[in-house]
Amino acid sequence: MNKVASIFLFVFITLVSCHKDNDDNVSNVNISLHFTHNWDGIPVSNSDFNALKFTNENGEMLSIERLRYLISDITLTNSTGESLTIDAYNLVDVTNNGNLEFSPEVLIPTDAYTNISFTFGFTNEKNIDAAYQDLNSASWFVPAMLGGGYHYIQFDGKFLNSSNIEQGFNYHAIRAVDNPGANPTFPQDTFITVNLGAVTITSNIVFNIEMNIAEWFKTPNIWDLNVFNQSLMPNSTAQIMMFENGQNVFSLKSTK
Amino acid sequence: MKRWTLHILIIVAFIITSCSNKSVEVYTSTPSPLNIPQLFQDKILNPVIPIDNPQTVEGIALGKKLFFDPILSADNSQACADCHAPENAFSDSDRFSDGIDGSLGNRNSMPLFNLAWNYDEKFFWDGNTFSLEHQAFVPVTDPTEMASNWTQVEEKLQQHSEYPNLFNQAFGTSAIDSTLVTKAIAQFERTLISSNSKFDKFLLGVATLTPEEQNGFNIFMDENKGDCFHCHGSENNPLWTDNIFHNNGLDNTFTDLGLGAVTGDPADNGKFKSPSLRNLAFTAPYMHDGRFATLEEVINHYSEGLKQSSTIDPLMKKVAQGGVQLSVQDKADLKTFLLSLSDYEFINNSAFNNQ
Ligand code: HEC
Ligand code: HEC
Repeated sequence: MNKVASIFLFVFITLVSCHKDNDDNVSNVNISLHFTHNWDGIPVSNSDFNALKFTNENGEMLSIERLRYLISDITLTNSTGESLTIDAYNLVDVTNNGNLEFSPEVLIPTDAYTNISFTFGFTNEKNIDAAYQDLNSASWFVPAMLGGGYHYIQFDGKFLNSSNIEQGFNYHAIRAVDNPGANPTFPQDTFITVNLGAVTITSNIVFNIEMNIAEWFKTPNIWDLNVFNQSLMPNSTAQIMMFENGQNVFSLKSTK
Repeated sequence: MKRWTLHILIIVAFIITSCSNKSVEVYTSTPSPLNIPQLFQDKILNPVIPIDNPQTVEGIALGKKLFFDPILSADNSQACADCHAPENAFSDSDRFSDGIDGSLGNRNSMPLFNLAWNYDEKFFWDGNTFSLEHQAFVPVTDPTEMASNWTQVEEKLQQHSEYPNLFNQAFGTSAIDSTLVTKAIAQFERTLISSNSKFDKFLLGVATLTPEEQNGFNIFMDENKGDCFHCHGSENNPLWTDNIFHNNGLDNTFTDLGLGAVTGDPADNGKFKSPSLRNLAFTAPYMHDGRFATLEEVINHYSEGLKQSSTIDPLMKKVAQGGVQLSVQDKADLKTFLLSLSDYEFINNSAFNNQ
């Protein structure tokens, strides 16, 4: 009884002490990213996997069997050019409907931001070999002979090859690398900065982000799976093409 | 705080004084957290330990006794350890293990180690059982294994001269039931940690690899050669498995549907859990049906024996030619590397042996 009374009192005091704070207009809110996927506009989820039901720009029929990718460093830039980067990453696992929603545990000041962006993959500074236990446990690492660090995307499936036989492909993007071995070299950066544009944030907000999977095979490089299908990690030509094709894969569909 | 202690004292005093004839004591079990190896601590997520079954000295000891005790089988002839023997890294050397009446299952016994790091907690080759506690229910009543029933087992344990006391020490009750039996066994199984292979020591900087082992490791990690790391771990995932289900190209058609029979999805037919590559020196024969007697056969399979099917994993390469055709030298080196993942301290650890 005593306890109930004191809880009551506490709630009462809390209520009366809540007056509107008009001193400033800045408050802190949560942002989250929600990832959805389509093939040239047709929604794709894991229930569409394992069937040769997609046709890429080059005309190959293909299936998706596994699709996971990493995004990191959500960055908000305000009108004075200052930017705020959220030091967190998220492994989207479309195969298992995992982490399709990413809500970093950071509060963001409300503001009219001139741009919001995220990194597809890891920047080179964050792409530290063995550094992230959850990603190691998810077997997301890149062999040390290829520079170590982590995959950006693992997109596995099968396509009907030019001999009409089903064949596997492993569209795995990493930091492009040459001279695999003890002293690999890196021809160019291949993580992608995805700019979503200007957003005014006034309260908690969800960014609905779409990946058009077909784009990976489309612009500017029309992807021929008969040529580039497996062992693409040590192939820097393929990696740079993935980087180029990845520029228009993501778009901001809506906010809410 | 004081009042709390006082309450406990009163209760304990009450319990002690109220037991005039029998001298039943109230035990509190002693916590015994898992000893997480350095490499695991550094590289991967923490093990899974259910909140309602914490590791205790008494629970582990009881689990060990039960694991080695044929009392769990219908005719007191077979223990867990018969098919999961320490010298075989807790597997056995048969292709299919005999049950108590000599009947055979259709799967190869699985080695038991680092089970607490199976984050998805899907056990058996096809992942049909969630959690170690639930797993331990299965073999006791499996007609091709211990062929017992739980009422019978509970009764035998209850009548036993030692078990009621051991359960009391471990769980604070001498009323034995199947849930407590499986909890104790699971606690023991979680202590079966293997992390002292030559390769582990190499990673810790206290052993050096031979050039052959080093080359074998490179083949394992090379996407153009073995490309084993996508499914079987690496120096950054020292479990040497992803604990995920794949079809690694063993058959064109399937007699055992594996994961497909569990999920009912034909796209899962022929998929089995990737086994850890630790302790292969002790776990022959290999694959879910023990079809390969040697590591040479396993390597030949990946190199030139792959069989096409609709569910074969897309990571399998040059399937039309049977595989990537490793050279004789590369095959030999790959084998040498694989064997460097075997942990002799694990199989000889007296904490895990029956004595
Ligand atoms: C007759 C031989 C036999 C006996 C006895 C037996 N097992 Fe097994 N065990 C197997 C086989 C075979 C498998 C794989 C079965 C499958 O996947 O269908 C297995 C699988 C397991 C697994 C799954 C491991 C993993 O990584 O998924 C665990 C754990 C296990 N057994 C524990 C036990 C325990 C505990 C007992 C005693 C209560 C026991 N087994 C008794 C043969 C046996
Ligand atoms: C696509 C994932 C995948 C890849 C890549 C892969 N494996 Fe496997 N491996 C598996 C699966 C799944 C099994 C169990 C298959 C079964 O029993 O049906 C297995 C079984 C094994 C076994 C038997 C272990 C045991 O205890 O029975 C060995 C040894 C092995 N693989 C070695 C390798 C080597 C060496 C490579 C590289 C040449 C490799 N694997 C590549 C998935 C894979």
